[in-house]
Amino acid sequence: MIAPASRPVAARRHLLGMAGLSPQDITAFLDLAEAEVAVSRQTEKKKSVLKGRTQINLFFEASTRTQASFELAGKRLGADVMNMSVASSSVKKGETLIDTAMTLNAMQPDILIVRHHSAGAVALLAQKVACSVVNAGDGAHEHPTQALLDALTIRRRKGRIARLIVTICGDVLHSRVARSNIILLNALGAEVRVVAPSTLLPSGIEQMGVKVFRRMDEGLQGADVVMMLRLQRERMAGSFVPSVREYFRYFGLDKAKLALAKPDALVMHPGPMNRGVEIASDIADGPASVIEEQVEMGVAVRMAVIESLLGDGLEAGA
Amino acid sequence: MAETRPLVIEKARIIDPSRDLDAVGSIVLVEGRIAASGPDALNQGHPDGAEIINGSGLTALPGLVDARVFIGEPGGEHRETIASASAAAAAGGVTSILTMPDTKPVVDDVAIAEFVMRTARDTAIVNVFPAAALTRGLNGTEMTEIGLLANAGVKAFTDGRHTISDPALLRRIMTYARDFDALVMHETQDPALTANGVMNEGLFASWLGLPGIPAEAEIIPLERDLRLAALTGCSYHAAKISLGESAAVVAAAKARGVAATAGVSINHLSLNENDVGEYRTFFRLSPPLRREDDRESMVEALANGTVDIIVSSHDPQDADDKRRPFAEAEAGAIGLETLLPAALRLHHSGRVPLKRVIEALTVAPARLLGLDRGTLQVGAPADIALIDLDQPYLFAEAEIRSKSKNTAFENARFEGRVLRTIVAGRTVFEA
Repeated sequence: MIAPASRPVAARRHLLGMAGLSPQDITAFLDLAEAEVAVSRQTEKKKSVLKGRTQINLFFEASTRTQASFELAGKRLGADVMNMSVASSSVKKGETLIDTAMTLNAMQPDILIVRHHSAGAVALLAQKVACSVVNAGDGAHEHPTQALLDALTIRRRKGRIARLIVTICGDVLHSRVARSNIILLNALGAEVRVVAPSTLLPSGIEQMGVKVFRRMDEGLQGADVVMMLRLQRERMAGSFVPSVREYFRYFGLDKAKLALAKPDALVMHPGPMNRGVEIASDIADGPASVIEEQVEMGVAVRMAVIESLLGDGLEAGA
Repeated sequence: MAETRPLVIEKARIIDPSRDLDAVGSIVLVEGRIAASGPDALNQGHPDGAEIINGSGLTALPGLVDARVFIGEPGGEHRETIASASAAAAAGGVTSILTMPDTKPVVDDVAIAEFVMRTARDTAIVNVFPAAALTRGLNGTEMTEIGLLANAGVKAFTDGRHTISDPALLRRIMTYARDFDALVMHETQDPALTANGVMNEGLFASWLGLPGIPAEAEIIPLERDLRLAALTGCSYHAAKISLGESAAVVAAAKARGVAATAGVSINHLSLNENDVGEYRTFFRLSPPLRREDDRESMVEALANGTVDIIVSSHDPQDADDKRRPFAEAEAGAIGLETLLPAALRLHHSGRVPLKRVIEALTVAPARLLGLDRGTLQVGAPADIALIDLDQPYLFAEAEIRSKSKNTAFENARFEGRVLRTIVAGRTVFEA
């Protein structure tokens, strides 16, 4: 695998991507997240560790689920959480990303959770603010908390990540989830496979630390985990694939295809799902599916990330 | 205008590729022209009242001719005016620039071309030659008045950053241009294949999650253009090639006898895609920076003459248009001030003979544009760059004379510094 350049992460003020994180860093996040799961399952779900701290969720791209997850995570840690979405902000009036960053910075937040449609935008913003920044998804680049929550879900079910066969299926080309997962899973020693039509695979995919398959029946053979990716409807218009019908036939996860994976294989999906496009309804709701658990782990992982970045003496890793 | 005093540069190393000259000698400048230059230049003695410059230890070159310079005037004066571009050029030893028509309004008719020439005459300190558009408003659909524009003094025609998609239109333009001996310069970036791409397609772009531009987006229109050049007999210049395969395509066309030439930007001779690093937008260029083996191939193509000229592709962009997420930032980097020192790296590293480097920066572009410049021959306009070939220095942002600061060479270490630039016998820059 030819890995992306690692960033200087010495201070670990931000979480901008999985690239550059050591296995120890990742494990530290996951261990802390385990403890946060317990918090969320208590009747009293609130900690006071971040009492008085301010978290701003800045979403340049709409996302009900991720935003809600980060909001809950912040609130359960005791922080004051404010949501800013692009629809109600001046960003639409032509304000630049940098100006937005400077404005928010002046409000003295402790942490910004940022999603942006452009790769690298969150890192750019992080250079301009004094507080911590968490990347909640930047273009087709990275979505680190998704990779962490996927890892936590897998680890709780399988007891480990190392040596598991994880097959990622679908639109890898446009997927930040796939990139972050490929990096994390490789760091923790899993065997990563991707299955997709070549039109939905990025150039150089063979050097990204994965085994590449163009057929589900080959890529799913013996898999411990099957991760489905969302296929956006626009991909049909862009001629990446000819039709939903054909895509589902060859790349949608149904009972027959899932039967090729290990009998106890997990089925995962980052959501929101397109039922009948990349995944059959009976599989999404079936016994192998851990999709709802992923959502629960999402809150725990985000609590762990926010707490690690802000909490005193809770530095994750070096 | 006051009479210029005669000037004599003594005991300098003179490199004048137009005469295959590399020797220590002197240059005598009288009334804005070269009166004598070479080892025997002072046989007739010094002209009366001449200013004498001791050139010992220094190197005198013909002033550079940069055939690809984007400016902001008219319409984008906050990025660069003709005057500020000319000041940057002078600081870089560049004495003639071909300005691109991508302005607001576009240089697509005689009045706008004359505006640029007039503004240059009144405000610029180097020679400014406006290139005019091939199509009105750079719209890629209607031909400009090539005959009238050529008659008004336009030396080259190009759609600037744009590539004409319609091969039938391009064929007709090239056929028509041939009748006026007009030079067609064309960027070869297929817009459909480029689509929303922002950097070289490959593993590096894939990790960054940035849409890539495949090599074929350059090679396919280049192949097409060279076929049309052969078909029409037009003088064709591929403005900026960036790939080893493109060089091979150009070499093959030249071998078939096509009247074609090619240019490369100094960026594509100096940098590769890895310089983009973590979304550094000053390295977002068009064509994109390519792989290291492509850069090596471009250096080789320069050395062997497949690539005829080096250009700065000077493209000033406002900080606000660069301090954006990579895919949303404007493409382009300034380059007038760093063209020569960056090109001299090719000499210092032993990759390209010095005379060849200087030829590609002086007489080759001058001949391409039909200018009597880029030479130190007797009678030529006295455009000279006097440099210290080996002086090391650091190119810091504070030194930038261009109005825009988007350099791809910030804090670069160079060897070879321009000490004095002379245009028509007058010193327009002194370090």
